Amino acid sequence: MKKFGRHLRARFLQGFSVAVITYLMIPLALIIILSFNKPRGRQNTSWNQFSIDAWTNICRDPTICRAFSLSVQIAILVTIVATILGTLISFALVRHKFRGKDSATLGVFIPLSTPDVIVGASLLALFLNIFIPLGFWTILIAQITFTISFVVVVVNARLTGMDQRLEQAAMDLYATPFQTFRYVTFPLALPGIAAAALISLSLSFDDYIITSFNSGRLVTFPLYVWNAAQRGIPPQVNVIASIMFLGSLGLVALAAIIAKRRKLKTLV
Amino acid sequence: MAVTTRSKRIKTAYLLLIPGFAWLFFFFFFPLGSLLATSLKRPLGDSPEAGFAYALQFSNYSQAIAEYWPFYVRAFTFAAIATVFCLLLAYPISYYMAFKAKKYKYLMLVLIVAPFFASFLLRTNAWKTILSSEGAVVGFLNFLGVLPQERILSTSFAVILGLIYNFLPFMILPLFISLDKIDKRLLEAAGDLYATGNQRFWKIVWPLSIPGIVSGTILTFIPASGDYINAELLGGISDKMIGNVIQSQFIILRNYPQASALSFTLMAIVLVFLYLYLRKIGTKELL
Repeated sequence: MKKFGRHLRARFLQGFSVAVITYLMIPLALIIILSFNKPRGRQNTSWNQFSIDAWTNICRDPTICRAFSLSVQIAILVTIVATILGTLISFALVRHKFRGKDSATLGVFIPLSTPDVIVGASLLALFLNIFIPLGFWTILIAQITFTISFVVVVVNARLTGMDQRLEQAAMDLYATPFQTFRYVTFPLALPGIAAAALISLSLSFDDYIITSFNSGRLVTFPLYVWNAAQRGIPPQVNVIASIMFLGSLGLVALAAIIAKRRKLKTLV
Repeated sequence: MAVTTRSKRIKTAYLLLIPGFAWLFFFFFFPLGSLLATSLKRPLGDSPEAGFAYALQFSNYSQAIAEYWPFYVRAFTFAAIATVFCLLLAYPISYYMAFKAKKYKYLMLVLIVAPFFASFLLRTNAWKTILSSEGAVVGFLNFLGVLPQERILSTSFAVILGLIYNFLPFMILPLFISLDKIDKRLLEAAGDLYATGNQRFWKIVWPLSIPGIVSGTILTFIPASGDYINAELLGGISDKMIGNVIQSQFIILRNYPQASALSFTLMAIVLVFLYLYLRKIGTKELL
């Protein structure tokens, strides 16, 4: 009887988890389905006719592709800078003892827990006060600022779980601090850094609120989607979102296969 | 010798911190100061085009709060309800991933993170389509006669639904990390000592997951309270949150001092909330 109860509870948990993931997937299913739709009017909200037109003509409206490529450029630059800055902070916080560590932790956490409107608005206030024209550079600055803290969190999670005895062993075997870092610490931390970079990429690519404050006249992909939402989002936007979503799943699957081949046990 | 290596290590720590913190200082903390300064400016003419001058006009705050306090109340109410539901949804699935999912653990993690790559505006807009009055969902619920307003879109309910959807991953991830860290041997040991399933959960798993609950709650509640996308896309005119007011004051009305005063008030409330929360758990378990 008791065993039956435990079995029931496990089934409940499993069913609940599947339901939550389904909930997260519902809008994606709709986005993918409507990417194959030929909308009747401007609004691509109800099924009309199957068509692969949007998939073969992604750049019919060149502003979509311009916005997309601008977002990709920005996301790559943001990822590089934020990942480096955040990883350095994370190493200091996890691996070193120093005065003011609590304040440093708080200094990383406050940006993370500040509402986006405030991050965007305060940077806009700064740029207006010191007369910096809004555009590419201000978007870049704003996005790097809010991404750094996320990098720290993700890399921290990896570094805290790492066995420090491996590095001690390397030192015992007369590895220099640089060699220890190069051949032991860094390879072990790499999955965490890679995960942080991936999250930066998605945060930057998808940011609307903070960017909208600091973009001036430039239109990134999310800004394009927002503007288009008023008069109807063309199916090409659905195509791009579908490619991003399915592409990220594909990349992760690929990474998993490679990792399995190399018999690495952990991926993330 | 030992002393020199230690001081060397401390020096390294500061060197590692400098670039990142210089960035955060110039582009996060300094702008907050700039926001504060702007919030006290006074207008030079009758319209915002005339510009503003540095001043200590505290009436910007009293005016802003007197006029817009219901938007703060609504924002924090919506955010609180959404956070509670996120926690109720996130705890079981995080628990399942950490303890039961085994080889499916990372697949589930990927499925939770992957939607981030498809624009959140587009996903929120998809909910708008799903919940629209012409849609099947509303049609069916109306057939059952369970919708008091006979619609979902343009109600507070839709806004909260959108907030739950958009912030759920931010609750799941920290919860999962803290549950996954729990040493499974603790549970075995408790079992060996004849602890029941309930006891094992409430005496071991629950207390060890509290840091995850705290960071998850912070990462959901605070951004949700400043959000304006969900209210804009899914809500009606009477569902606007403080984020909507700040955004329109800044971008459309260009009343910068008023908008800054509103933002800074929100920031102050958030900081008080953070302080109370952190006094309970300290900063050690934060990141």
